[in-house]
Amino acid sequence: MKKTNWLLLVLALVLSMFLAACSGGGNESEGDSGSSDNGGDSENTEEQSSGDSEQVLNITDSAEIPTMDPALATDAVAFQFLGSTMDGLYRLGEGGKPEPAIAKDHEVSEDALTWTFNLREDATWSNGESVTANDFVYAWQRAVNPDTGSEYGPYMMGGVIKNATAIADGETPPEELGVKAVDDYTLEITLEKPIPYFESLTTFGTFLPLNQKFVEEQGEDFALEADTLVSNGPFTMTEWNHGEGWTLEKNEDYWDAEAVKLDKINVSVVKETSTGVNLYQSGDIDRTALSAEFVDQYRSNEDFQVEKEPTLFYLKFNQENEILGNVKARKAMQMIINREDMVNVILNNGSIPAVGDIPEDFVKHPESGEDFREINGDLVETNKEEAQKLWSEAKQELGIENAEIGYLGGDSDVAKNLDAYLKDQLEELEGLTVNVQAVPFKERIDRDKNMEYDIQNAGWGPDYIDPNTFLNMWVTDGGNNHTGYASDEYDGMIEKANNELAQEPVKRFETFLEAEKKLIQEDAVLAPLYQRASAKLVKPYVKGVITNPMGPDYIYKYAYIEGK
Amino acid sequence: MTRYILQRLGYMIITMFLIATFTFFLMKFLPGTPLSAADKLSEEQQAVVLEKYGLDDPVPVQYFNYIVNLTQGDLGISFQFDNREVTTIILERIGPSMTIGVQAMIVGTILGMLLGLVSAIYHNGFLDYGSTFIAVLGKSIPSFVFAGILQYYVGVKLGWFPVALWGTWQHTIMPTIALAIFPLAIAARFMRTEMLEVLGSDYITTARAKGVNKFGVVFKHGLRNALIPLVTVLGPLAIGLVTGTLVIENIFAVPGIGEQFVKAINTNDFPIIMGTTLLIAFLFIFIILVIDLLYGVIDPRIRLAEGE
Repeated sequence: MKKTNWLLLVLALVLSMFLAACSGGGNESEGDSGSSDNGGDSENTEEQSSGDSEQVLNITDSAEIPTMDPALATDAVAFQFLGSTMDGLYRLGEGGKPEPAIAKDHEVSEDALTWTFNLREDATWSNGESVTANDFVYAWQRAVNPDTGSEYGPYMMGGVIKNATAIADGETPPEELGVKAVDDYTLEITLEKPIPYFESLTTFGTFLPLNQKFVEEQGEDFALEADTLVSNGPFTMTEWNHGEGWTLEKNEDYWDAEAVKLDKINVSVVKETSTGVNLYQSGDIDRTALSAEFVDQYRSNEDFQVEKEPTLFYLKFNQENEILGNVKARKAMQMIINREDMVNVILNNGSIPAVGDIPEDFVKHPESGEDFREINGDLVETNKEEAQKLWSEAKQELGIENAEIGYLGGDSDVAKNLDAYLKDQLEELEGLTVNVQAVPFKERIDRDKNMEYDIQNAGWGPDYIDPNTFLNMWVTDGGNNHTGYASDEYDGMIEKANNELAQEPVKRFETFLEAEKKLIQEDAVLAPLYQRASAKLVKPYVKGVITNPMGPDYIYKYAYIEGK
Repeated sequence: MTRYILQRLGYMIITMFLIATFTFFLMKFLPGTPLSAADKLSEEQQAVVLEKYGLDDPVPVQYFNYIVNLTQGDLGISFQFDNREVTTIILERIGPSMTIGVQAMIVGTILGMLLGLVSAIYHNGFLDYGSTFIAVLGKSIPSFVFAGILQYYVGVKLGWFPVALWGTWQHTIMPTIALAIFPLAIAARFMRTEMLEVLGSDYITTARAKGVNKFGVVFKHGLRNALIPLVTVLGPLAIGLVTGTLVIENIFAVPGIGEQFVKAINTNDFPIIMGTTLLIAFLFIFIILVIDLLYGVIDPRIRLAEGE
């Protein structure tokens, strides 16, 4: 009997050793990773301070990169690092303006349907092959091929590149896609309809080229690890420890390598804002985002920065609801909300009141360079008296005394505060009761699709830099309209802007200005709430990082460290 | 004994199967789809993508396919990390979680037991009150508060250990301490209570009367009896620590599995949810088996009739 005892004890011991060995092994292999030296490096250089600074940038991201396959990418993290390691036809530069990348220039045919890009001949892939027109043909066909399972391929290319939608639906073979390599360095693209913002679109991650040989060699493993990636951009990913972080190093073979000054970018995954702030304070990282609760604490810090994002939030009204079908009722709701208090007290993160359906600093007049928002001005205002008047008129028209309306909001802490504030504001309208329902994001999207809501707190970020990305949504039966708004006049304006006026940027811009006025001022389809901004701390020695309104949020191509 | 273990292993397989089934159908009630850009795609486009992942089949067919693959050890591919194998993802992420979990368990249990012993030996004395205080503190302060304090003062202010992130063994120290507090408190409290009870029993008095010294009594005769309830409580606790804790992992930016699991649920990443659930279930059942066997080792009175 004693023997069994010992046997069991030995068993338990062996087991615990096995467990310890497992964890120990993991520990060691990760000990080799570059990120472990960061802390030490940055501390050392900080002490040296004088002389040439080490060209290393240490940053964080809030999530693991879901994929480095341009066709499968759908989120900000993926597009950020695709943008840092890859060059498309054009790439985003200062002020969101496309600048030449693989394409030197392009010509547009008279009917605006055929775009011919002339590619540079000195661009190479990290596997040594040169970047040719065929790489674009391959990558784009792959993105719309149903076998790839891409979500953004059909979304970004459908209705843009000829036959993309039909191919994505499996009706036409991928070879029929409107993209052709005339020769190795001439790419001809046929569009479904004139797309005035096509140049800006080509900077987007989904439109990046791929080296067919490499992708097919890797097969299922493509883009899963640092060594199954192929790049042609300013940086290459040299290390990728999933969930922990990744390292980008300067691509010496990049066609514009002279312009790239950073040697290395270390990215660590940090999810908690407080952790980021602590790491920033200890000098481990050079930039960190701040959430609302940290803004007050750091507002006066000299590293503090606020950046406007082109993301808009608004109340969406379901016009199938009897009360919300009344334009005066909707206007009353637009007018009753005090947006200043909302952004200053509730959000407190630098967000600014939204007064239209196009954010500030997003698009500029093609000739005068004036901001869209500045030209159209405030399309909504807060006027409680006027709101009450409109509301009572609406009630009269509807023949009701009291009204009860559902409100679909988000389930995060910030969203709950915001929704409680908005409920309060809306209920200032006499006889109105608002029932807030907080649901998870996915649930809200589902209900939006089925129009199972009365009022909804929703938001939208752009997919390309053009007013169309915001305004096109609200055409009759538009894929994301879901408000029941159907106006022939509005449809006509958007249609005109995208077809007839496709080649006339000024008139087109003016048509969008008018369309926005109709949408917000006249028809009160939405009640704009706020334009999101993000607060952050950035070390003063980080220079030359370009911030973008979309796609990759940051451009590191021209970034450098000075005076660290 | 062998027969008993085999029998338990048989039950284990059945339990795992039931858990797999239950989780599978429960998952299907999650709102939304695994598509990350569902709000931007038309119904037809969504259908094309769902078809690729076999999500357009009727639920019973999906279930059948899943179980067939599972018996072949194939957990499928993740939806959120396109095309990455679930097995690879879990193996990558379980390492860091296990490292800090196992370290925390060892440190917490040993220190906790010592604390409990000291309390019991110096019952109602200064040391007893001191260690009870620590134990109460450890149990009542939420780990994220403790972790935050630790990170700020020890990491940022004193600079003794890395503030966060992962890489060297130094990086594991603070998360280990933060995680160890809870098992420490639990172990200390149980140890103290059990030890007091044991020390009051007749056979201890006998041993003392025979002239065994104070520490000999405690370590040779007392400890073993006090271990039973401790093992019962600490076993399941260990699973929780070893399989990752969302809060501590997030605060110290540890690339562990706890965070991964929560994210999988939020993004409807069915294969990851299943994979992680099954792993945790397996560890749980396994540890329970080990604990049952350990009882026999610790206390000969609890020994199975068959095993004799």
